[in-house]
Amino acid sequence: MMHRLEPHPQEWIDRATVINFIFEGRPCRGFGGDTISSALAATLPYLGRSFKYHRPRGILSFANHDSNTLFQVDGVPNVRGDVTLLREGMRVAAINTFGGLEGDKARILDRFARFLPVGFYYKAFHSKRLFPRWERMFRVITGLGAVTLGAERRLTPKRYGFCDVLVIGGGPSGLAAALEAAAAGAHVGLVDEAFRLGGSGADGEYESLRALTDAVSRSPRITVFAATVAAGYYADHWVALAEPTRMTKMRAKAVVFATGAIEQPAVFRNNDLPGVLLASGARRLLRRYRIAPGRRVVMVAANLEAYSVCLDLHAQGVQVAAIVELRRPPFDHSEAARGCAKAGITIIPGSAPYEAIAGADGAVAALAIAPLDASGGIQPAKPRRIDCDAVLMSVGWAAATQLYQQAGGSTRFSEELQQFIPEEVQPQGIFAAGRMNGVYDFEARVADGKRAGSQAAAHAGFGAPSNAPIARGPRCPSHRFPIIDHPLAKNFVDFDEDLQVKDLTNAAQEGFDSSELLKRYSTVGMGPSQGKHSNMNALRILARVRGSTIEQLGLTTSRPMYHPVPLKLLAGRSFNIERRTPIDGEHRALGAVWMPAGNWRRPEYYAVSGETRAESIEAEVRAVRTGVGLIDVGTLGKIEIHGPQAGLFLDRVYAGKYSDMKVGSTRYGLMLDEAGVIIDDGVIARLTAETFYFTTTTGGSATVFRELLRLNALWGLDCALVNVTGHRAAFNFAGPLCRDILQSLTDADLGESAFPFLGVRSARVAGVDVRLMRVGFVGELGYEIHVPAGGACAVWQALHQAGLPRGLRAFGVEAQRVLRLEKGHLIVGQDTDGLTDPFEANARWAVNLNKPYFVGQRSLKILAKRGPRQKLVGFEIPDPKRLPKESHLVIEKGEIAGRVTSVVHSRTLNKTIGLAMLAPRLAEVGGEIRIRADHGEMLAARVAATPFYDPQNLRQRAGVGA
Amino acid sequence: MKIMVCPLNGPRPVSEFAYGGEVRNPPDADTCSDAEWSAYVFNRSGSPGVKYEWWCHIASGFWFIALRDTTRDAVIATYPAEAARNTLEPPGRAP
Repeated sequence: MMHRLEPHPQEWIDRATVINFIFEGRPCRGFGGDTISSALAATLPYLGRSFKYHRPRGILSFANHDSNTLFQVDGVPNVRGDVTLLREGMRVAAINTFGGLEGDKARILDRFARFLPVGFYYKAFHSKRLFPRWERMFRVITGLGAVTLGAERRLTPKRYGFCDVLVIGGGPSGLAAALEAAAAGAHVGLVDEAFRLGGSGADGEYESLRALTDAVSRSPRITVFAATVAAGYYADHWVALAEPTRMTKMRAKAVVFATGAIEQPAVFRNNDLPGVLLASGARRLLRRYRIAPGRRVVMVAANLEAYSVCLDLHAQGVQVAAIVELRRPPFDHSEAARGCAKAGITIIPGSAPYEAIAGADGAVAALAIAPLDASGGIQPAKPRRIDCDAVLMSVGWAAATQLYQQAGGSTRFSEELQQFIPEEVQPQGIFAAGRMNGVYDFEARVADGKRAGSQAAAHAGFGAPSNAPIARGPRCPSHRFPIIDHPLAKNFVDFDEDLQVKDLTNAAQEGFDSSELLKRYSTVGMGPSQGKHSNMNALRILARVRGSTIEQLGLTTSRPMYHPVPLKLLAGRSFNIERRTPIDGEHRALGAVWMPAGNWRRPEYYAVSGETRAESIEAEVRAVRTGVGLIDVGTLGKIEIHGPQAGLFLDRVYAGKYSDMKVGSTRYGLMLDEAGVIIDDGVIARLTAETFYFTTTTGGSATVFRELLRLNALWGLDCALVNVTGHRAAFNFAGPLCRDILQSLTDADLGESAFPFLGVRSARVAGVDVRLMRVGFVGELGYEIHVPAGGACAVWQALHQAGLPRGLRAFGVEAQRVLRLEKGHLIVGQDTDGLTDPFEANARWAVNLNKPYFVGQRSLKILAKRGPRQKLVGFEIPDPKRLPKESHLVIEKGEIAGRVTSVVHSRTLNKTIGLAMLAPRLAEVGGEIRIRADHGEMLAARVAATPFYDPQNLRQRAGVGA
Repeated sequence: MKIMVCPLNGPRPVSEFAYGGEVRNPPDADTCSDAEWSAYVFNRSGSPGVKYEWWCHIASGFWFIALRDTTRDAVIATYPAEAARNTLEPPGRAP
């Protein structure tokens, strides 16, 4: 039974502070500085239940790897007990139990283990009929913590960090690397997942280590990230640092991976009993929290660390009943081993644990051991029983190469060291150090850290790189096969997923015999620890089955995250761009109902009390047709082009011709891509001989401008482009009365001869210098007024006030859709798609094929020969109650023959009108088509000529009809 | 996230850049067959290797050419688009 020892000056707990908390309704206590796991370890015989068989489990690693020390804490699932500090009043419960830790009803599953073979799901659930039932059952019994659906939303910040050298791992090699890099002048980030620096060194050489940690804390160039997981490595040294309450995205110029090694369990029957744990975990509990693993301990040993831990325990008054040494002499006869012998500890070489035996409380009560033969096989004829209340395992390590692999580092398996080590050639700016690099002894790790730190600093531009060799020691820290077979199994390889030796052997024999296949089929390494304590042993078993070497098998791919990371850290806050025009406030004051348009928000319509949405839109349309209306079109892309070859540039990027335009005139422009497909349209205005001003669609403004810049960079014409989309507001002031009203606000002559249709003029309106363009998107006399953003409100207000007495209404996007459709004007991207060419869109008039060159010209010549595959035509439905929707299909003889691209009900014309893409054979004006509307209803429609409204364009040309 | 070195703005995160496609030489529009032209318009090479690509630093609107090894996910070099102009001309250009 674990128990707390008397105080020690180096302990991490504050005994003066007593913390009371509740475990499954039962009052418990710990000290300040205790984690949930350390406080419970000193209180309970076991802390959790295993994933599949619901076996009682205690601490295994105490390194934040175990799935059996995850807890439900104050409603939060899967809280990591090894690293979560105890808080007063905390309510803690075990996860994955049915009725609590002790009385877990699912513990019966342990007896049925032989009916749950590897690949159980694949083998048992073939029946489609029964699958839903099985699925419901397994959704209930599998999984770990319970999600609290009503949990409060906690936002966590993200931030960006920068450093020259990032050192991952605060053990002896990481500390030395950070100090060496800082000494060279580099700014260093030093990350460690523990609360304090020191890594495994914190549990060994106190004094030597303190010299390093003190130097780090004094260094002005080292920033320490404690209790922080370097969760993932991304391209170009971008490392996700998961801190307790935020995510730092750290960009480094070089990275030192001093990520250490992860202790691996010995595999023998009942190696998962509470009280059987890794020696490094026992040492952490002892040194940091002053918790002894038991009163009478057996050590399963295969390396030097085993002896060092035994001496440590012995010095603290814990009886070491025996050291069961897997190796046969001669092995490392080091100082520690001799010390153990001198302390009277029995060393039993050439033996292995055969099984652990549970006591009444479920925890380990004895270890049965047996000799190993020369080939490493167990001789279980007469197992020898050693009574104990704790079994420690110190048989080997796995290098923590996960992040290093993510960074593109490759590894090879060293038979001498029995671990994966980095290859000689490492990627640019990537440096491995310490135990991960196969260097184990304290002084050697410090030296290796210095070398890596110096090389990383030099890579970042500080100092000259060390050329010291990597001094991997002669001793082997890991046993080559610490796995003991047992006819009754329950010898666990993966403690997360309850996988036994036979599960992996069977999987390999069933054909899943590569490391990646074995992982996917058996789920080894797929639990919360991601194989940190199981992948290495699984590889050893697979190598035995295959008769191959571990090098031949190789590691499975390592992907972010290294540790499970709370979703809240990844989700963080979102950032959505929403652009607003300069007169956003005016819209708000007028009751605008918003809709998104590209990145912008635009008024869909203006709500007026007492009117429905449809009535408001209808009134807005009527105002434009009979009086005057005002719409904000400032979301259009607005570009200026200056230079002697500006006209030539426009001739090349638009399908029409612009270099021959008169100053003071405007012309419609259709932009194509190289395939001849329509990608944008707008109005081009010639302001001077060498200056044009033109608009693009709202949605296309950014990409069109960017592509124009690219073409300008490619062609090198003598012209320059300026994007003034944000600099200028724009309104369309339209309706039969608009000229009269605008004339009252400006001295410019708006008379028909002075300022004809399609003209552009500079003028001063309401004291602001504006550009006026006489264009007719909505089909009435109208002016597009382009205003510097700073004067936008003044001009809008002046127009609005001057128009109000004559019935002006501001109108929104919905009314504009109706108005433009009555005129048959297409919207690029709505009435055209990614395949529509100008011939199909009835826009041949906007194309000048005789120019020397324009983008899409060569393709159009091919398309002209081929003829259109579809045609954009107008249609009308006489029955005003019938309104299909956009994208409804046109059906002919049961086949799709087209689709509706735009449709509205026009009050002006008292019928339903729209545009449709039709097969050319149906595109004759007057032809009958059938549209399949909602619920399969077939609507009869007639192909109609466009414009539907004012076909002679008399109103917009001269403003007649008012 | 990757870093890309803009010839105008220096090293910046790749999220500040837009990809503009591979640098490709169009066939002569006056003499090529329709099939050759269609192949130029619609076909792209997806094979891994060293590519010449258009990239734009979005905030400054600066276009440049990046020499990129897609097998190694490494940007080998970047330089202003002017350098490419001599070899890349649109077909049938006037001046």
